[in-house]
Amino acid sequence: MIGLEAINVTKIYGAGATAVTAVNAVSLGVRRGEFVALVGPSGSGKTTMLAMLAGLLRPSAGQIFIAGQDIGRMSETQRTRFRGRYIGFAFQSNNLVPYLTALENVELLLRLNGKLDRKGRERARELLVRLGLGERLHNRPNQLSGGQQQRVAIARALIHEPEVVLADEPTASLDTERAHQVVQTFAELIHEQNRAGIMVTHDLRMCRYVDRVIQMVDGHVSREIVERNEILRLAGALDSPDGGSEVALVHAETIGERRPRDDWRRSPAAVV
Amino acid sequence: MSMAFYLAFKEVWRNKGRFALIAAVVALITVLVLFIAALAEGLASANREYIEKLNGELLVFQANTQLSTSASRIGRSRVAELRRVEGVEAVGQVGFSTAKLIPPDGGDEINIAFIGVEPGMPGEPEVFAGQQLARSRGNNVIVDEGVIARLGVQVGDLIRLKVTRGTREEFYDLTVVGLTDRRQYFFQPAVFAPIVTWDNIRADGGQPGGELVSNIAVIKLRNPDEIERMKRRIEAEVKDVEVADKKTAWEALPGYTAQQSTLSTQQFFTFFIGVLVVGGFFQIQTLQKVAQIGMLKAIGLSNWTVGLTAFAQIIIVNALGVAVGAAGTLALTANFPVTVPIVLTGATALAAVLALLAIGPLGGVVSVVALLRIEPLRALGMAQ
Ligand SMILES: Nc1ncnc2c1ncn2[C@@H]1O[C@H](COP(=O)(O)OP(=O)(O)O)[C@@H](O)[C@H]1O
Ligand SMILES: [Mg+2]
Repeated sequence: MIGLEAINVTKIYGAGATAVTAVNAVSLGVRRGEFVALVGPSGSGKTTMLAMLAGLLRPSAGQIFIAGQDIGRMSETQRTRFRGRYIGFAFQSNNLVPYLTALENVELLLRLNGKLDRKGRERARELLVRLGLGERLHNRPNQLSGGQQQRVAIARALIHEPEVVLADEPTASLDTERAHQVVQTFAELIHEQNRAGIMVTHDLRMCRYVDRVIQMVDGHVSREIVERNEILRLAGALDSPDGGSEVALVHAETIGERRPRDDWRRSPAAVV
Repeated sequence: MSMAFYLAFKEVWRNKGRFALIAAVVALITVLVLFIAALAEGLASANREYIEKLNGELLVFQANTQLSTSASRIGRSRVAELRRVEGVEAVGQVGFSTAKLIPPDGGDEINIAFIGVEPGMPGEPEVFAGQQLARSRGNNVIVDEGVIARLGVQVGDLIRLKVTRGTREEFYDLTVVGLTDRRQYFFQPAVFAPIVTWDNIRADGGQPGGELVSNIAVIKLRNPDEIERMKRRIEAEVKDVEVADKKTAWEALPGYTAQQSTLSTQQFFTFFIGVLVVGGFFQIQTLQKVAQIGMLKAIGLSNWTVGLTAFAQIIIVNALGVAVGAAGTLALTANFPVTVPIVLTGATALAAVLALLAIGPLGGVVSVVALLRIEPLRALGMAQ
């Protein structure tokens, strides 16, 4: 049940005449076992939102709870420790430590949490095998393809059993086929391991693997899609008479009522 | 803590080439700094050795001669006055001159310091083989290790001394009765003769008939802890003298201070270059790692861990370079003959090595601070 909850989160960059409201009173929640995509045009505030959810950026207003703790109230040091323990990260690039092998990169998070025992090592190995990297355990990142690197990053994001897993454009540097493989496995693992997953992406086709799509425009949530078919249509994975994904968004009007598993508090901004 | 050392070790180990390169630079700088230190030490002792090892505490110069051994004159009568001062245990006259030694096998002549001393008095060096000078005017001499190394002389051998008086060359055959350790004076190996003999032989000639005049007198005190008080007392009770302790005396040797400060300036600049090179290397490393460091901080590594990792690497690489450089220098200098003025004493080497170990931390400070400033937001391609 517990996962991540953001209440009326706002981020204003700068001050005075040059102030930019990048995120404007956004509320959203992601349960454990749920995988959510954050989409929207460039400049709509996705990265800013993700940075706040990750405890990397302090909100100007609002609260963010992860595993029941208000990360906005934490000191810098506390947030750093909190990230290492409760959050898993997969970034767009520069995910891996170049001088560590695939296995060592994954084990890093166990080491950080003092869980690098025999069982932990075994889990890291199994996870990489599961991600198709059984032959690549002892290769360093520069000996891995882009897709393999992202799969190592996914393993690293999950290995320490975090509450929340955050991915920022994880497929940006991958070709279509690889991108599908990576996100599909990512989604499987999030569901299997019961994590709250959020992925920022500009590639709508990747939405077919998520349970819910949150679309941001100009710093607020413009639409939220939970209905399976609508998500598939958005992702272009369903033949529809109206065709393209953009059109699909237009039909997602009454999502609020149609979310069967949803019992999150939601701000007016999140409901369209 | 253990995380920092784990990362530091892995990174150095998996980038051996790059880190070996900078360690090699540190090693070369170490060799350079140690060599300059050894040269400074070698030259200093080649200059002051005799004075440093004197078996007395105070040196007496003629007043107003700026502690110049060559300008100063101390006569026999003055020595008698010195002996009467309360607290003076013994006084020895010492005269300095130069001469050449003619090698028996006909090699190049050797410039030496020809020093006259009073047998049994302060100023006469202790021998490690053979005998001290007899109380006589005999043609007996003690030679120092510099002479031994160049001529291979032994106790009982004859050595031939050449002095030039005006345009005339005169030769003297002297018997080696004792051997002493290195007692160079003004960069020259030393031959010690009884002062009367010295007075007869020395190049500018003695004063026949007049009293025996030396350059300085060396005083041994009854209580060696009273140096300052005795210096003042002697200057008060004996007319026309200036008294100096050994250190003051050797620092007044011609060129001594200038030479030492030149060498220590060189040493400092070499050290400084080391700091810049090491600092530059790690700073470039840091700049190249901004994205990676941002990622590490984002996934939960503390600033402390990241800083300690870099610091540990700097220390490791620095220490490795200094160790290799110091070992190399020791191996090299160990095989130098005594005639080369390179002396690496334990103390100078240790001081230099300790200073060199500070190169990394000093140079690395900027890069570590830069590392600490990197924001975890970088992981998302953002910065505040
Ligand atoms: N550090 C910053 N300082 C000022 N404005 C910023 C900063 N970062 C982002 N912005 C602005 O905030 C808005 C949202 O940016 P961002 O979160 O990067 O959106 P997205 O990821 O959806 O492209 C944009 O208008 C952007 O120009
Ligand atoms: Mg963005």
